[in-house]
Amino acid sequence: MTVQELTGAAAYRPTPPPAWKPLTDPAPLLPDPEPYRVLGTDAAAAVDPDLLLRLYAELVRGRRYNAQATALTKQGRLAVYPSSTGQEACEVAAALVLEERDWLFPSYRDTLAAVARGLDPVEALTLLRGDRHTGYDPREHRIAPLCTPLATQLPHAVGLAHAARLKGDDVVALAMVGDGGTSEGDFHEALNFAAVWRAPVVFLVQNNGFAISVPLAKQTAAPSLAHKAVGYGMPGRLVDGNDAAAMHQVLGEAVARARSGGGPTLVEAVTYRMDAHTNADDATRYRGDSDVEAWRAHDPILLLERELTGRGLLDEEAVGTVREAAERMAADLREQMNADPPLDPMDLFSHVFEERTGQLLEQEARLRDELEAGQGPHEGEAEEAR
Amino acid sequence: MTTTAAATAGGRTGRAAQTTMAQALGRALRDAMAEDPAVHVLGEDVGTLGGVFRVTDGLAKEFGDDRCTDTPLAEAGILGAAVGMAMYGLRPVVEMQFDAFAYPAFEQLVSHVAKMRNRTGGAMPLPITVRIPYGGGIGGVEHHSDSSEAYYMATPGLHVVAPSTVEDAYGLLRASIASDDPVVFLEPKRLYWAKASWSPDAPSVVEPIGRAVVRRSGRSATLITYGPSVPVCLEAAEAATAEGWDLEVIDLRSLVPFDDETVAASVRRTGRAVVVHESSGFGGPGGEIAARVTERCFHHLEAPVLRVAGFDIPYPPPMQERHHLPGVDRVLDAVARLQWEAES
Ligand SMILES: Cc1ncc(C[n+]2csc(CCOP(=O)(O)OP(=O)(O)O)c2C)c(N)n1
Ligand SMILES: [Mg+2]
Repeated sequence: MTVQELTGAAAYRPTPPPAWKPLTDPAPLLPDPEPYRVLGTDAAAAVDPDLLLRLYAELVRGRRYNAQATALTKQGRLAVYPSSTGQEACEVAAALVLEERDWLFPSYRDTLAAVARGLDPVEALTLLRGDRHTGYDPREHRIAPLCTPLATQLPHAVGLAHAARLKGDDVVALAMVGDGGTSEGDFHEALNFAAVWRAPVVFLVQNNGFAISVPLAKQTAAPSLAHKAVGYGMPGRLVDGNDAAAMHQVLGEAVARARSGGGPTLVEAVTYRMDAHTNADDATRYRGDSDVEAWRAHDPILLLERELTGRGLLDEEAVGTVREAAERMAADLREQMNADPPLDPMDLFSHVFEERTGQLLEQEARLRDELEAGQGPHEGEAEEAR
Repeated sequence: MTTTAAATAGGRTGRAAQTTMAQALGRALRDAMAEDPAVHVLGEDVGTLGGVFRVTDGLAKEFGDDRCTDTPLAEAGILGAAVGMAMYGLRPVVEMQFDAFAYPAFEQLVSHVAKMRNRTGGAMPLPITVRIPYGGGIGGVEHHSDSSEAYYMATPGLHVVAPSTVEDAYGLLRASIASDDPVVFLEPKRLYWAKASWSPDAPSVVEPIGRAVVRRSGRSATLITYGPSVPVCLEAAEAATAEGWDLEVIDLRSLVPFDDETVAASVRRTGRAVVVHESSGFGGPGGEIAARVTERCFHHLEAPVLRVAGFDIPYPPPMQERHHLPGVDRVLDAVARLQWEAES
C-alpha cells in the first residue's frame, strides 16, 4: 500500500512531530524594542519623590566615590581601579532593590554596588588595594567576593538562590556581569540552570559598550543582550542604564518576580564606561572622544537632576547637603586609605585549609625564620614590574 | 629543524637596538605571519588594542582583522575554534589574556588539543600555539599571577615552553608556531619589559624546542630553572661567588620536551643541584625534575637535589607577593644546604 492510498492524497496535511508543542510562548519574554525609560517620560510622575531624592544622593555619592578611588590609584594607594563612572545608576539601583536577606554577586567593577548596599568603602576596595583578596565577610553582608574571572559568579548566584528556595527562605540573588562576560560559557550555563530551576535570580548585564577594547558589535550578533533571555525561557528586559528611576523600577520588578516564585529575569542596562577599562588601560587606542561626549549629555546624575529640579524637588540647598555628604565620605575614604594596611606575612598560610598541613607548617616556619634573620625579601622581583 | 631568523626575515639589515621581550614576541608573530599565510592570531583585545601587553601591536593593521582577530570574550570558544581552524589547515596562535583566564579553555586543551594527533593515529596533528602570559611579580590582583605550568606538563601531548631572554622569546615562539604539535607558550609577564640589545635581523638561531641552555658555567653546583626564575638564579650565582661557590645556571627553556641530556651532564660534573621555580613546590615541576636528575645522576650526587619554589598557597595579594616569590636569598639558602661539609 502506498502512502497516498493510506492517507488519501487530497486529505494529507503535514503535522508536527508527535508530542511536539512549544515549551514556552516567546512573545511575553521579549524585551522592549527600545531601552525602557522613566525620567523625562509620563511615567516619572508616578515615582515616589523620596525615592528619586534617595537615588540622587546615592548617585552623587557614587560619582564621588569613583573619583576618589581613581585618585587613590594615581597616588599608588590602590593597585588598580576599574571605575564605574557613568554607570552609577546601575550600581546604585542594584543595591537598593535588595532586602537585607538577599545576596549581591558583584564583579570587579561593582564595588560601588557593594558600597551602596552598605559595605564600608575600605572593605570594598581591599582587593584592589592589594593587601587581601576579600576585605569583608561575604556571609555577614550577603555580598559574594568581588569576582574577576568573568561570568564565573553567575552559576554561584543560581546555586545560592536555589539553595535558599530549597530551605524555604524567600531570598533573591542579584548577579552582575558585563557585556563581554555574556560571551562566556558560564553566562549561558547559569541562565539555563536558573530558568530550568526557576531559581530566584536576577541577572544584571551592564552593557557599557566595551569589554576592554572590544566593542559590543564584535561580542554579539543578537538584536540585544536582553534577547538572550528568550532562548533560555526567561524574560529579558532592556533598560536605559543611565535612568536611575527606570533601573530601580525594572530591577525591583525582577526581584519581586523572583521572590514570588516567578523565576529569573535577565536585565540589560544600556550604559557607557566613561573612563578607561582601568587606570592601566589607554582608551584612546580604541575609541574617540565624540562617543564619550555624546554620553556625557546622557549622564545619570544629569538626567535625575533635570527631573528633580523640573518638579521643584531639588534646590541649591538640597544639592549642597548631598554634595557635603559625598565629600565627607570621600575625605574619610582618603584618610583611611592613606594609612598603610597592617600586613602579616604569616597570613599567607592561615586560610589555605582549616588546618595547616605539615607542608604548610614547614613553609611557615621557614618564612618566619627568614624574616627574623632579616633577610631582605627577595630583591630583584618588584623592580621589573611596570 | 634549525633555521636562521635572518634567512627567513627577508634580508633586513642587522642593527641591534634595545628591544623588550614583548616587542620580540610581537616580531616573532609578525615574521611568522608574513612567511606563512596559514598563521592566524586570535584572542581577546589582540586586534585594535594590540593585546593588553601590546605583544600583538600592529598585527591587525598590517595583516587585517581576519589574520589577527578580536574574538568574543570566551576562552573555550577561542581555543575550540582554533582546533577547527587547525583541522582545516590553518596554524592558529591563540592568546590567553592572563594565566588564570586560560582555565575556561582547559577542556579544549586537555581533551582535544593535546589528544588529537594520538586519537587520529597521527592523521590530524594540531599545529596550535597557545600563548599565555604567566607568573607573578607585577603587582597583579588575584587571578593575574598564576604559574600554571604543572597542569600543562601533566598533560601528555602538549609541548610546554617558557623563554627567559629577549632572543629566546623570538626564537622559541617562531619554533613553536612552526611546530606541527601543539605548544603551550608561557610568557613570563614580569620579563615583558626586560630589555636586551637584540635585533631579529642579525642571524639568530631558531633552536628546535626541547633544548636547555647553560646560561652560566660553574663547577660547584647546578641551578636548574626556567622562565621568570632565570634572572633570579643568575643574580644568585653572582652573589654566591662571595661564598666561594661557582654556580652553573641551566635555563630549561622547554619543560616538555625535557632536555635530560644537558641537565644530567651538568649535574654529573657539579654533583649538586637545586631546582628553582615560582610555581608551587608540591606537585610542581621541581618534583619531576629532581626525580629525573636523581635517576640519572645518583652516583654523582653529593647531596639530595633540592627545590626552591613558591609556597603551596593560592597566589597571594600584591602586597604580600614578595614573601612568596623565590628570591636570591632563598636560592642561596638552598645552595648552602647542599652538604658542603662533606667536601672538606
Ligand atoms: C575568564 C576571563 N577572561 C578574561 C578576563 C580578562 N578581562 C578582565 S575584564 C575584561 C573585559 C570584560 O568586559 P565586560 O564583561 O564588558 O565588563 P566591563 O569590564 O566592561 O565592566 C577582560 C577580558 C577575565 N577577567 N576573565
Ligand atoms: Mg563592558
